[in-house]
Amino acid sequence: MEYNRTELLICSAARLMEDNCTAFIGTGIPMLAASLAQKLYAPNLIPIFEFGGTGALLVRLPRAVGESRTFYRAVAASGICDIIETAQRGFVDYGFLGGAQIDPYGNLNSTYIGGDHDRPKVRLPGSGGGNDVGSHCWRTIILMQHEKRRFLPKVDFITTPGYLSGPGAREAAGLPRGTGPYRVVTSLAILGFHPESKRMMLLKVQPGVTVEQVVENTGFELIIPDHVEENEPPTEEELRVLREEVDPEHIYI
Amino acid sequence: MQVLESGIGELLQPYSMEEFREWNRTQKPRGLVDKLMSEQEAIARFVHDGDYIGKELYGTCRAPMSLARELVRQGKKHLRAVGQGVLELDLWVAAGLIDAMDITYHGLEVYGVSYALRRAAESGKLKLVEWSNGAITWRMKAAAMGVPFIPVKSMLGSDTFRYSAAKVVECPFTGERVCLLPALVLDVALIHVHRADRYGNAQIEGISGFAFEMARAAKRVIVSAEEIVDTEEIRRYPDRTIIPYYLVDAVVHAPFGSHPGEMVYRYERDEEHIRDYVQASQTPEGMQAYLDRYVYGVKNHQEYLEVIGTERLEYLKRTCVGR
Repeated sequence: MEYNRTELLICSAARLMEDNCTAFIGTGIPMLAASLAQKLYAPNLIPIFEFGGTGALLVRLPRAVGESRTFYRAVAASGICDIIETAQRGFVDYGFLGGAQIDPYGNLNSTYIGGDHDRPKVRLPGSGGGNDVGSHCWRTIILMQHEKRRFLPKVDFITTPGYLSGPGAREAAGLPRGTGPYRVVTSLAILGFHPESKRMMLLKVQPGVTVEQVVENTGFELIIPDHVEENEPPTEEELRVLREEVDPEHIYI
Repeated sequence: MQVLESGIGELLQPYSMEEFREWNRTQKPRGLVDKLMSEQEAIARFVHDGDYIGKELYGTCRAPMSLARELVRQGKKHLRAVGQGVLELDLWVAAGLIDAMDITYHGLEVYGVSYALRRAAESGKLKLVEWSNGAITWRMKAAAMGVPFIPVKSMLGSDTFRYSAAKVVECPFTGERVCLLPALVLDVALIHVHRADRYGNAQIEGISGFAFEMARAAKRVIVSAEEIVDTEEIRRYPDRTIIPYYLVDAVVHAPFGSHPGEMVYRYERDEEHIRDYVQASQTPEGMQAYLDRYVYGVKNHQEYLEVIGTERLEYLKRTCVGR
């Protein structure tokens, strides 16, 4: 069955969502992935949205992190302090984020590109809850399109901390122990981070993609293991549910 | 307590908790005062040029859009703002009302980056100090607590911290590094709610976002409400009151006050209008045309609703999903 890059990203991310876990969901692809996961693999996934929605049934796709669909038939509707504090005290297992730029240590930029802070070439929205998610969630999963101009040796601005400058840097900065980026899911690959060097490491290539293609589209040196598996393509079931049930209004796909 | 690191961003709203206490003692009557008034009167009396302003919730969700438009009509100048929003911030920034923002997120959500923000920031006209969403809310929480700062574990190690006005210190109890956020006392807050009485008791359904913190962190509070109810109705459901009346300076009746955003359990967001807005906002000319039609071209919220049309509004009510 044919599928596009966005659909591939969504299906790959959905498979990473664990049942009976709390997951902080940002705008866009994470919402689709959480909804798909809830329908197929993780019926007891607890989606958490930053303005107060906890445990919503993602029957209809949210278009904003504060809208009614983020707490439709939820178990709780509170406020932003409750949500971020829940993450800060170690209650949120996964955080799903996007970004415009990423570096080898998983540091993310969603603030500006080019120029300097006071006179940027392209001004982006800013942290939003991104910095909070990347600081406090146990495992951060980053979803991005894989392009050389986005995968850079150094990002223009560290909006959200990854492993900062390398091993031990998060802890030295005062960030909670045992947290950090866990996976990077892209249109070309599934990546992780080397347990010692904390640098980005290739885990799987997306269907039909070669290791060389991943390397070509990455602006820094990736750790490449000897054996790299190919990710399973989206199944017919995943694509059907995604198109017919998750986003029938075609907001995102 | 030794300061280990300081952000280089400007503290846009210096404050004194002693002064805030004094304000709350002398400027906020505890008696029942009828505060129901028009949006023109509320904005004219309680928002001043140069104020530090905030609004809640945001852009497309329970947003005080009718008040936001009135602010543009009255052309208040040199405002500084809590930079967390969508359409309301867009209108203010595009109309040149804002000189500086404590920015956390200003974008168009599913529709991407804000063109109004890009034009203002990239030309260097708008001063921006960076924070996270958690941080800006905790700053208001500190003010609501009546303390000068609050320790948190967000922002550490990032450029978001570096371009903020926060500080890192060693915790005097545990020795760990913590980020201290300065309290944020707003001059004025605009908050849209489901219902309020004429004294200012305000109730919200669904998520409460940061209404609780913002209402308690602001010197002046303007509440707009979908429905004005009798105090007896408030007293029947006191557990729903997020904002008690003595925090509030003005109450404005604003049915469909969040349009084109949504109001949970009452009406859906107007996707068609939002899409048209996103399209228009891409150029300064398009933005001006939008402002001319929907903001400057109408005298008040009532006229705005007439431009949108009863048929459209009824449709938004009808398509709203219940509980």
